[in-house]
Amino acid sequence: MSTPSPKGQLTRDEVAHLAHLSRLAVSDEELDLFAGQLAAVLDAVAQVGKADVSDVAPTTHAVPMTNVMRPDVARPSLPRDVVLAGAPAAEDDRFRVPRILGEEA
Amino acid sequence: MTDVTNSSAADLSTALQAGELSSVEVTRAYLDRIAADDDTIGAYLHVDADAALKAAEDIDAARAKGAELGPLAGVPLALKDVVVTEGVPTTSGSKILEGWRPPYDATLAARLKAAGTVLLGKTNMDEFAMGSSTENSAYKVTRNPWDTDRIPGGSSGGSSAAVAAGLAPWAIGTDTGGSIRQPAAVTGLVGHKPTYGSVSRYGLIAFSSSLDQAGPMTRTVLDAALLHEAIAGHDPLDSTSIDSPVPVLAECARRGAEGDLSGLKVGVVTELGGDGHSEGYDPGVLARVAEAVALLESMGAEVRQVSCPAFDLALPAYYLIAPSEASSNLARFDGVRFGLRVGEDGSRDLDEVMALTREQGFGPEVKRRIILGTYALSSGYYEAYYGQAQKVRTLITRDFTTAWDEVDVLVSPTSPTVAWNIGDRVDDPVAMYAADLCTLPASLAGVPAISVPCGLSDGLPVGFQIMAPALADDRCYRVAAALEAAQDAARGHVLLAGIAPKENSPS
Amino acid sequence: MSDTLVDFDEVLTRYEPVIGLETHVELGTASKMFCGCSTTFGAEPNTQTCPVCLGLPGSLPVVNADAIESTIRIGLALGCRIASWSRFARKNYFYPDIPKGFQTSQYDEPLCTAGHLDVELDGETYRVEIERVHIEEDTGKNLHVGGATGRIHGADHSLVDYNRAGIPLVEIVTRPIPGAGAKAPEVARAYVTELREILLALGVSEVRMEQGNLRSDVNTSLAPIGSLEWGTRTETKNVNSLRSVERSVRFEMRRQAAVLDAGERVVQETRHFHEDTGSTSSGRSKEEATDYRYFPEPDLVPIAPDEEWIDELRAALPELPAARRIRLREEWGLSDTEMAWLVNAGAVELVSDTVAAGASPADARKWWLGELARRANDAGTELSQLAVTPAQVAELIGLVAAGTVNDQLARQALDGVLAGEGDPAAVVESRGLAVMGDSDELVAAVEAAIEGNPDVADKVRGGKVQAIGALVGAVMKTTRGKADAGTVKRMLEERLVSE
Repeated sequence: MSTPSPKGQLTRDEVAHLAHLSRLAVSDEELDLFAGQLAAVLDAVAQVGKADVSDVAPTTHAVPMTNVMRPDVARPSLPRDVVLAGAPAAEDDRFRVPRILGEEA
Repeated sequence: MTDVTNSSAADLSTALQAGELSSVEVTRAYLDRIAADDDTIGAYLHVDADAALKAAEDIDAARAKGAELGPLAGVPLALKDVVVTEGVPTTSGSKILEGWRPPYDATLAARLKAAGTVLLGKTNMDEFAMGSSTENSAYKVTRNPWDTDRIPGGSSGGSSAAVAAGLAPWAIGTDTGGSIRQPAAVTGLVGHKPTYGSVSRYGLIAFSSSLDQAGPMTRTVLDAALLHEAIAGHDPLDSTSIDSPVPVLAECARRGAEGDLSGLKVGVVTELGGDGHSEGYDPGVLARVAEAVALLESMGAEVRQVSCPAFDLALPAYYLIAPSEASSNLARFDGVRFGLRVGEDGSRDLDEVMALTREQGFGPEVKRRIILGTYALSSGYYEAYYGQAQKVRTLITRDFTTAWDEVDVLVSPTSPTVAWNIGDRVDDPVAMYAADLCTLPASLAGVPAISVPCGLSDGLPVGFQIMAPALADDRCYRVAAALEAAQDAARGHVLLAGIAPKENSPS
Repeated sequence: MSDTLVDFDEVLTRYEPVIGLETHVELGTASKMFCGCSTTFGAEPNTQTCPVCLGLPGSLPVVNADAIESTIRIGLALGCRIASWSRFARKNYFYPDIPKGFQTSQYDEPLCTAGHLDVELDGETYRVEIERVHIEEDTGKNLHVGGATGRIHGADHSLVDYNRAGIPLVEIVTRPIPGAGAKAPEVARAYVTELREILLALGVSEVRMEQGNLRSDVNTSLAPIGSLEWGTRTETKNVNSLRSVERSVRFEMRRQAAVLDAGERVVQETRHFHEDTGSTSSGRSKEEATDYRYFPEPDLVPIAPDEEWIDELRAALPELPAARRIRLREEWGLSDTEMAWLVNAGAVELVSDTVAAGASPADARKWWLGELARRANDAGTELSQLAVTPAQVAELIGLVAAGTVNDQLARQALDGVLAGEGDPAAVVESRGLAVMGDSDELVAAVEAAIEGNPDVADKVRGGKVQAIGALVGAVMKTTRGKADAGTVKRMLEERLVSE
């Protein structure tokens, strides 16, 4: 994020940046609309900052379980025609996608 | 049994087992009602009458041959379209999944199939379960059978409308922040959100993984218990599934209906509509809830006020946690392996096609939440938003834990208001979110909570919420059944019978 | 576009390199990390996929217990602290080879931290600090279609195969390694070599680098000598052979030195290594670094290994390569330096296996470091990649010891083995390579040599015994090398000297 705004606000530019990060080709109109709405939402949610959480661990799981694992056993996969049946495009038994620009990882 | 489509599922089950009704008769009755009324109600996204009748015939044939069948065999049901069903269109209310036929069944769908239930169809919902009115569906508006100008609640509004309108005897909903309980409340149904981890999430299209939970939406408490028992239990395909025996719930509901609550300690949550916290609550809602509390007291329950201060922060915490997880859960909708792809014209690269696909495939509320969640997780903001919200979540859990030292269950309104008019809150996300005020704490803490009808306000149903400690779902059913029985006795009929009749009079 | 390079030795007169490695190892589990799909290499595209590893809506992951144990065992072998509380995190980014729109990985709570690996190089020990060892999932594979070279650049479209998606991947991250100086490229290679040996000893992966089982991201930076700060690093991605690890560091040092010499700044970026030229080229610049928005994976619960479990795994660790080398060195009677040669050549296990197959340690060592090393070098490959097994080498050594072949014939037999003609004995048979015994043919050849070189024969008869070499040569020539020189010499002596 280039220029962080004060907490609880979202500029139009930031919304545009977030939309890009989320792969959403939002329109200019939407940008205006979302920036306003998200500012209001952010205002509301920023109240979490009020809580005194100095000695509090975050809850990331609603159930206190650990070490849930399965044995290393191979099981049948889906048939390939089923796998590719839902694909928007397929070629040579693979999923076909438009050209990729640059390498992400 | 003169009116199949106004019966409880338990009664249908009894009649089917006794041979008084065939599954085909029951199924056809519902399909007829759907054909007649669903144009008005808009509960279903997908109905396959032939497949339903075929499944019903199979059950009838098996029964005729003397096959061992479970109690649910032959009873039709509706599934919220967030439940993945093999070969049956599954959209989660989104255009991005239009036409997708999954290659597998959700665990709960497989269990219900194995139990012999007959799938009537898939019900409408807010897109990806994001909403409280079902207006965020990409496909259609669903109307509240009590007043078709009003919303049926959400996100499981298709399920609530279907059951309330007699277009299904019962239905499965999912609840992330109240999406079973609130629609049940505003349509006069019973809706239960089980303890997180007690019903498998495998095959539920994820909204917020640490909160999502599927549960029953039914006409009676006993029905809810029966349906819950059918879908509960450990699933090795869900790492967050609790490995404990299927709870005994129907029996608790039956015992609860006997009306003896002596010894039960009930806590009324101050922060949810109590003194100094009534702003935004319909007076009629608070009045009905107070009457319900008095009714519990009259059955022997010991009632006290309980303060849970952190509940005040449940709404902001929820609207950070759920969008954060959603922003990640919805990243797989990229137009590569399944679903919609938009804008592939040979010149655009994959990034552009992905962005166009997601832009056109997702509705505004989904996009808003993805952007909000992306923000809350981004570096530099994580601690202040997502991290802080998860800590607030801990505080909320602590409030519950403290409360359980004093009381057996906590109660509150399910929703601050009755059903509002369609369109009223669509442009005001914050107002829409306020509908979840009372349901969010139980979601964030992962504890079970049930909504049971507690009368009408301005002719519209009001829901009463009963929350219990994790894995003590049975308490919800016991108290809800007691309340339901006492109210039905006082009223002389079930609440749903009060829906203005369309054509057929209820039996 | 070719880079300006500074001569390697010159680089070191002005700059100090710091290297670091992030190594990804595909585990050899039967099933994937989070689902039951098979991990068999080379299967038909998209035949080893299911709702989970395709990231279909509604699917959920369940952790492979074997993968967790393997990760902990790697951590233990590297002397790491094993976390009592560890979690998975989602690394969010969009790319077609990651089916969920995030990679399930570990972030701030990895399974193993703070270990080390001692690397020996020319008698010196370099301690490589291990920052962390964590478990994650591999990506699918993109095939780029329509470009000239199958590369992403210029491709018309791409095709994705998800067979690899979800295969358990362990990432081993070193802390920055300063102080190696001119040895930096070799230290990098020796580190990966040693790591590979450990992984093999643990049996957690086949570590077939040519199949991409082990891939290293190699970080290199330069700082002016005496500088207190380290320079800007580049990350050369997915380097997948030992030789390339060394070459990539060497190249980056030379390239970065040229950049710095020109008064410019090294760009922090990912780079790609090219086997053919030994050079690296710029990948995506990290200037607009992706914000991965890590957060704890809510679909998985924490892994909390208890002491008992860890102790059990520790107790079951095999003898590790370093200890094994000390034992073998003693058993084989080698000096430290001799052992170091074996290690550097990646030949310890090969020699050990050859000895186990019946060869003497001295012979096994001689073959692997001599003839076989030459062959590998000529072919530009690793010893272990040669198409000859330790058992075959032992067989060859046995044939020499038995006198069936001499060294020269043995080399010809090796040609046959490498060409896929079968085991050494079979090649000797089919190529007719066996040495001639005291046969009539050899007697005739000896007679012919004496008759054909009367002068030389007289000299020998006259006492100039050393002249016999010319006659031996003549016999070897007629028999086209199949005779045993010793035997020939003895036969000639019997005919000429004892008269």
